[in-house]
Amino acid sequence: MRQVLLFIIIILTGITFIGRLFYLQVISYGNQNLYDDNAIRKVYDYPKRGFVYDRNGKLLVDNQPSYDVMFIPREVKPLDTLEFCNLLKITKEDFKKIFNKAYNYSPRLPSVFIPQLTKEDYAALQEKMWKYEGFYIQKRSLRHYQTSIGANVLGDIGEVNNAIIEKNPYYRMGDLIGKQGVEISYEEELRGVKGIKFIQKDRFNRDLGPYKDGIYDTLPKQGKDITITIDSKLQEYGELLMKHKRGGIVAIEPSSGEILAMVTAPNYNPNLLVGRERSKNFTKLYRDTIAKPLYDRGLLAQYPPGSPFKVLNALVALQENVVNTQEKFSCRMGYYLGSRRLTGCHSHASPLNMNDGIAQSCNAYFANVYRRVIDKYDDASEGMDVWSNHIKSFGLGDYLGYDLVNGSPGKIPDGAFYDKWYPDFNWGSPTTISNAIGQGEVIATPIQLANMVAAIANRGYFYTPHIIKHIEGQPIDEKYTTPKHTTIDKKNFEPVIEGMFDVFNKGTAESLQVPDIEICGKTGTAENFTKIDGVTTQLTDHSIFVAFAPKDNPKIAIAVFVENGYWGSRFAGRIASLMIEQHIKGTITRKDLEDWILWHSLEHEYEKPYLGEPFGINANSTYQLVDAKEHERLKDLAKDIHN
Amino acid sequence: MVETQRFLRFDWITILLFLLLVGFGWLNILSASHVGDTVDYLDFSQPYGKQLLFIFLTFGLIVILLAIDSKFYERFSSVIYIISMLSLVGLFIFGKNVNGATSWYGIGGMTIQPSEFAKAATALAVAKYLSDLNTDIKNFKDQLSVFALIGIPAILVLLQKDAGSTLVYGAFIFVLYREGLSPAYLIISLLFIVLCLLSLKFGVLATSLIMAIIVFGFHFSRKKKPIIIQPIAIFLIGILASFGTKYFYDNILPAHQKDRITIWLSLEKDPEKLERMKKTIAYNLNESEKAISSGGLTGKGFLEGTRTTGKFVPEQHTDYIFSTVGEEWGFLGSALVVILFVLLLMRILHLAEQQKSQFSRVYGYSVAAIIFMHFLINIGMVMGLIPTIGIPLPLFSYGGSGLWGFTILLFIFIKLDSDRINQW
Repeated sequence: MRQVLLFIIIILTGITFIGRLFYLQVISYGNQNLYDDNAIRKVYDYPKRGFVYDRNGKLLVDNQPSYDVMFIPREVKPLDTLEFCNLLKITKEDFKKIFNKAYNYSPRLPSVFIPQLTKEDYAALQEKMWKYEGFYIQKRSLRHYQTSIGANVLGDIGEVNNAIIEKNPYYRMGDLIGKQGVEISYEEELRGVKGIKFIQKDRFNRDLGPYKDGIYDTLPKQGKDITITIDSKLQEYGELLMKHKRGGIVAIEPSSGEILAMVTAPNYNPNLLVGRERSKNFTKLYRDTIAKPLYDRGLLAQYPPGSPFKVLNALVALQENVVNTQEKFSCRMGYYLGSRRLTGCHSHASPLNMNDGIAQSCNAYFANVYRRVIDKYDDASEGMDVWSNHIKSFGLGDYLGYDLVNGSPGKIPDGAFYDKWYPDFNWGSPTTISNAIGQGEVIATPIQLANMVAAIANRGYFYTPHIIKHIEGQPIDEKYTTPKHTTIDKKNFEPVIEGMFDVFNKGTAESLQVPDIEICGKTGTAENFTKIDGVTTQLTDHSIFVAFAPKDNPKIAIAVFVENGYWGSRFAGRIASLMIEQHIKGTITRKDLEDWILWHSLEHEYEKPYLGEPFGINANSTYQLVDAKEHERLKDLAKDIHN
Repeated sequence: MVETQRFLRFDWITILLFLLLVGFGWLNILSASHVGDTVDYLDFSQPYGKQLLFIFLTFGLIVILLAIDSKFYERFSSVIYIISMLSLVGLFIFGKNVNGATSWYGIGGMTIQPSEFAKAATALAVAKYLSDLNTDIKNFKDQLSVFALIGIPAILVLLQKDAGSTLVYGAFIFVLYREGLSPAYLIISLLFIVLCLLSLKFGVLATSLIMAIIVFGFHFSRKKKPIIIQPIAIFLIGILASFGTKYFYDNILPAHQKDRITIWLSLEKDPEKLERMKKTIAYNLNESEKAISSGGLTGKGFLEGTRTTGKFVPEQHTDYIFSTVGEEWGFLGSALVVILFVLLLMRILHLAEQQKSQFSRVYGYSVAAIIFMHFLINIGMVMGLIPTIGIPLPLFSYGGSGLWGFTILLFIFIKLDSDRINQW
């Protein structure tokens, strides 16, 4: 024992050490890599972000340099603080605050002193930069908008947040990423791939040169330019027409599903969300919870579609073979079940066949037709399901699948929905009669309605709406070039389209005809409510209009929503007809119509609920006109567009 | 012819292992201390340059050590011991303070650390004393004398705030045990260490309970029970030791050593505070473990260690040199170093057992025990297995005194061993 004890201890020690080494170096080695190694500095080389062009090749978004004033606290030597602060337009207190904060973070590491100087400030500062030891300027690339329109489509970029960094290892603290619009949808194409250099450093963070002579370094890959389907002129015109109104316009090219214009009102100038003022401006826009300029109404707002929905009911009825185009239904200022009026109507000739039913937007006609569809089946729930499937085949009731991140599903009820709603009640077609006129449980977004119109214009199919036209000539995703067919046979579309055509010829939009263009459309009016101090209060109806044109070989399908604009042809119809003319003819022949829209404002309507006094709606609301100066300004803008 | 035979009698296996460790050690010092891309090997302002010079001088030293008659070491061991002790005492007057320890003489631009030589001197003295025919290690008086021989340098270095070197003298307990010291010493030492750790980790009360169960359980399970006073006395002494440990830790132990133990035993319960300690007090240890771990199976390659090149581990070329091995040579390289040390130690022990003279055997055993203690503490510390104690890795770490101290220690034994045929 005496001779072997130390032997044994030595062997055991050796085994323990090797075991410990094995644990440290082999078992817990896995998570070690260059990126986690704090002995390696990673220097990123950011490629140029791709540009954005409109469908006609007009440059909308490019980049501009911006200059961050950086500093390393420890290296800062005494300086003429007053002059320095004046150059940067800050106070001496600001200087101290920024300096101390950075010093506490790390005296050795670079910190941002003032981010994103303007070119002018930079020029002034640069001449004197040599005087300020420890300070230097770092160039960054920012977005530059060549236009003041389309903020909701173009989107913006900003710094990544922690949630994204955790999910996607590509991004590092301080990287820029798309925050809205196409900047998100085509983030990967636009941003390219950043390059990386691995720099060996010591524990004081000083550079010692490239790691392994740079064998792991990569070069940046340029971002790709994208061309979007927006016609910037049409977009600009749409935004102009929607000035002093709230709502959305979505215009789609039926033959391709390309989104020609996507207007939300109110909106903002995309240049507000660039550079040093970004967060200040963003907060301001974000906090405006009344006008909600950041809320893309074209994609997000879900309204009851109102009368435009009637054309779908006509199509479903024809498809289900429960009515023919000549059968007439009478209307006694509404639809009655026994002596109970289920839905009202306005005054027009009676009885009406399908064509007139659509043209005159007769509620009673569609109540009859709708009931026949549901009642065709023994069970109301089954009938409801059949109806629901037809309607949904137009892209309603669910996300459309377009290439923008914002969206709402809308709602198309089915049998199960009402079974759940009325568990102990034998519901039937009269219970759900509001669906006949697009009011009940049905809701849809403007882009869904525009798409629905496109499907009608195409006589039975649509392409998923999309914003991307091409990426440097590369073909786009097949998803956007494959037609989606509705459940309605082609032959059933013609009578309905005739009806929509007659809306302009002799119906509710007679006054909105455009010379030489055959427009098919449908007016709509949707009741809506808000809560004022907890009391549900009705507001002036939303003005809705959907249309496509020309009747043969349609070039544009459009849906216009104007919040509280009253009846369909009053605001939405006028705007739709102007947009169609602008798109097809490239000019406006009815200047008086355009002028009417520019001149009229709905702002007083939007103020009503907040004024704290009783107010009238619909027929009791009055027009408001913008002041002369603003009127002139808008007219000048219109002139610029037409030239 | 005779000279050739003598030359061949040197134990070449030990010499080879020595050369491998010194050579590999230098490569790692080069890695840990070089700056920039170009290496000027003769740049004596850099540790690697200096160490190269030390290594060359070592060869001269080896020639001298091997040329001296082996009888000289035995005869003059007392003188060597006394001179060595005087050099330690002299530090109190002439010593130079480096990093809080007064362990160096400054001569010109050089510094010499006498404690590195004192180990060899003490080993000689202990060997001499134990091999004396009049000495009987089972005799208590003789035990006291030999403890004194070991205790004097141990206390002197402790007073110079070099606690790590003091611990090394504990290695002699293995030598004494080999030569017939009662195993009780070993067992009591071991129990005492366990008792200390339990007291710190679980507190005095829990430790007392554990002790009570073991002591009385053992007592009552015995067939022939000694009087009850015996276990009670043992228990009381245990409690006293436990209290003493706690008191020592709380009130006497210098703050930095206390913190090292706190971290080692994870005594700090507040995770935030513990994290902060890792970044400050345990910075070295933390970076060293990270460096070793980052080496993986095969390492990052010679001169390619990012943490080594970036000087993330302070004192890496001295006490933390093993972390360089870990990072650049990986598991394979580090395990090889461990194996080389184990082989060297086994070889020395093997040779020691073959000595015919007791002097040579005791000395050889001392050499193995001292090197083993350094090996155990240094590598254990660098890998976080034992608390931070600053002592060099023999033959590996940067430092002239250390290299020469170990060279003297080892080559005296090689010389003695080569003469064993003449030892009658």
